[in-house]
Amino acid sequence: MKSVKTSVLFALFAMTALPAIADKSDDTLNWATDKEVAVVDPYFSVTRELIVMGQMGWDGLVLYNNETREFDPLLATSWKWDGNTAVEFKLREGVVFHDGSAFTADDVIYTVDFLVNEANGVPAKSIYNWMKKATKIDDLTVRIELNAPTATAFNYLSNEIMIMPEGHYDKASEGADGKKDFTTVTPNGTGPYKVSESKPGDFVKWEINDAYFEGGAKGTPQIGNVNFRTIAESNTQLAELLTGGLDWAWDVPQEQAIRLDESGKVTVTNEKTMRISYIAFDIDGSSNTDAFTNKLVRQAMAHAINREAIATELVGPASVVIHSACHPDQFGCTEDVTQYEYDPQKAKALLAEAGYPDGFEFDFYGYRQREFSEAVIGDLAAVGIRANLNWMQYRALLAEVHAGKTPINHMTWGSGSIPDVAAITSHFFKGGPDDPANDPLTAAAIERGDTSVDPAEREVAYAEALGIISEELYWLPMFTYTKYYAFSNDLNFVPTPDEIPRFYSASWK
Amino acid sequence: MLAYLFKRLISALLVALTVSAITFSMTFLTGDPAITLGGETATQEDLATIREFYGYDKPIPVQFFNWLGNAVQGDLGHSHYLNQPVATEIFTRLPTTMTLGFCALLFALVLAIPLGVVAAIRPNSLLDRIALGVAVVGQAMPSFWFALTMMLWFSINWGILPVSGTDTWAHFVMPSIALGYYITPGVMRLTRAGMLEVLQSDYIRTARAKGVSRFSLLFKHALRNAIIPVVSLAAVQFGFMLGGSIVIETIFAINGLGFLAWESIQRADLPMMQAIVLILSLFYIMLTYFADAMNAWLDPRIRVA
Repeated sequence: MKSVKTSVLFALFAMTALPAIADKSDDTLNWATDKEVAVVDPYFSVTRELIVMGQMGWDGLVLYNNETREFDPLLATSWKWDGNTAVEFKLREGVVFHDGSAFTADDVIYTVDFLVNEANGVPAKSIYNWMKKATKIDDLTVRIELNAPTATAFNYLSNEIMIMPEGHYDKASEGADGKKDFTTVTPNGTGPYKVSESKPGDFVKWEINDAYFEGGAKGTPQIGNVNFRTIAESNTQLAELLTGGLDWAWDVPQEQAIRLDESGKVTVTNEKTMRISYIAFDIDGSSNTDAFTNKLVRQAMAHAINREAIATELVGPASVVIHSACHPDQFGCTEDVTQYEYDPQKAKALLAEAGYPDGFEFDFYGYRQREFSEAVIGDLAAVGIRANLNWMQYRALLAEVHAGKTPINHMTWGSGSIPDVAAITSHFFKGGPDDPANDPLTAAAIERGDTSVDPAEREVAYAEALGIISEELYWLPMFTYTKYYAFSNDLNFVPTPDEIPRFYSASWK
Repeated sequence: MLAYLFKRLISALLVALTVSAITFSMTFLTGDPAITLGGETATQEDLATIREFYGYDKPIPVQFFNWLGNAVQGDLGHSHYLNQPVATEIFTRLPTTMTLGFCALLFALVLAIPLGVVAAIRPNSLLDRIALGVAVVGQAMPSFWFALTMMLWFSINWGILPVSGTDTWAHFVMPSIALGYYITPGVMRLTRAGMLEVLQSDYIRTARAKGVSRFSLLFKHALRNAIIPVVSLAAVQFGFMLGGSIVIETIFAINGLGFLAWESIQRADLPMMQAIVLILSLFYIMLTYFADAMNAWLDPRIRVA
């Protein structure tokens, strides 16, 4: 349905000239996505939109720098690890919340205490359940203790753990069930923008925070107002973009992005994201398809699929083929592993060696971007492997995967935008329902990486695990995903691979 | 008559119950809603917590009857995503959808009734064929295609109508046409058939013999009688448009019930989905029931059929 609509609009665009877009005169950046924002709170709305807005309205202690791949100071000015389960932060002086109250160590302690208190029911446990407690050293020094060594702790502190003022959620009104409804609290952070108006499910309007501190990693915001609204249909988003109703949109379908780019009426860019595509095999034969228990068959598959062609022709110019079970931009990821080049003849030879000279037939499962999966199936057919495509909703497919019923599942993983292999390799190869191999050697190497805070030690451990995964072909890593952005020619905007648009860094030309 | 109405009422309630039960079970066919709620990176522990919190760990029939029991008492539940009582959210958005439905119906009637009258005046003539053609095109065109085409010309190329939203009356023009055009053939053909029948009746011949003007004959004497079945059809079509607004509201970013339904399906907001289906099916059933009752009142033969 969506591709039909996309083709229709593409055809319609081809029939007509495109008019000029509106200007920047009202100093308001209008952006839209297809999701409704019901609650303007980074903890009680688990959506990409609130991760984006969370960085507008609030600050974390640190901020990940996509260029240097280091963590820059934000609300903290410096920090020091004490072993691998505690870290002490020096806090920035002179920072104020939107309501005028001063930021101190008490606010950090309050935020941590609120999160780790299960009674408060903050839904995304994985972003905070690594923290044990926070203690005050002095007004501008705080110590956070961890439950266990956590490789991704600073990633969470950067992207997810936004500091709330002390007592923030105490203002929550009671819901119908008599419990406090924390979503009713007025947003109040230290971030570069503050909420000026919002209507649940419809729009959120932000205005610049003139009192925003200087010298932080986010810099000084430039644009006066940043308004969000929900537009579910991508064609409508583009129509608004072309008529000046919007200044920024993303997830633009490729064929529309190419057409828009040619028109020159808006700026179009294709950028990498942290999401990757991979194929997971039924290593233990639990799906009643024995073929993939044979490593030669897995190798034949790897040689049969033209990943380069899929990446460049179907995904986008920023897509790259990957050879390791991680995103190349993630800390600890190495491409120095066994690689399988596209070679259909070699694939046929391997199949014959494995006892399948005439190929075989199996059920292939997928859920996202059908055209990518169909391209894979086409390549497999060329070497005699006949794949029957089973297309499912993600939540239904995941249940089948966990039950071990899928001979092959063509999946994707976004790592929660965390630029660290702990967010992907550790999730999939340390045991559990997503692990296709349950290999103790791989799991042990990952565990060493996950529990260390020494970067060199971590890199060595993850390289060992990734080497085993590629050599044994537990996964066939495919390619990185990309995202098309389209925005006003008047806008200076730089996309980042973590898919957190920095509107606070955007400016008008 | 009362026995007939009672029988139809029982039937209508059973339809509502069946629709709810089917919807409820179908939502679980698409997989575990906890996975959608928890997101891709949710751990097994997170998923277990979500299942327990929302009661998804209970058998589906138990969940259904719990929901039904609460719904009968007026409690439609709490939206997982919007974090609002479902009833509050639905009744906040219902006026927008009702406005759209009303405007679309008005457009359909304004277009289809004159077309039907014109077609009946000269049956099987070129005029009749053109009128039929105009109406049938509306049904043949996919509504999303029609909507996008209008958006392209009226908003992008000519800049005379806003692309999306509900800020002013102008925002409702394109969505109303896109939604209303689809039902014009039915209304037009019923008007035409009714007019053809009425125009051949004795009282029209008498009126014509008395020298009544052509306009008065058509619109005052003939149309008034020919339109009765159209009214009952329009009532049913209004219900159809409330449910059918999902595509149009999504395309035009109208924050109504249809868009809410679409978003709720996307994010597995089960209480919201259930309630919307229930409300829309009740509307449809109520309007159908009303049409049946009106037909039975007009034609006694229906009551004993």
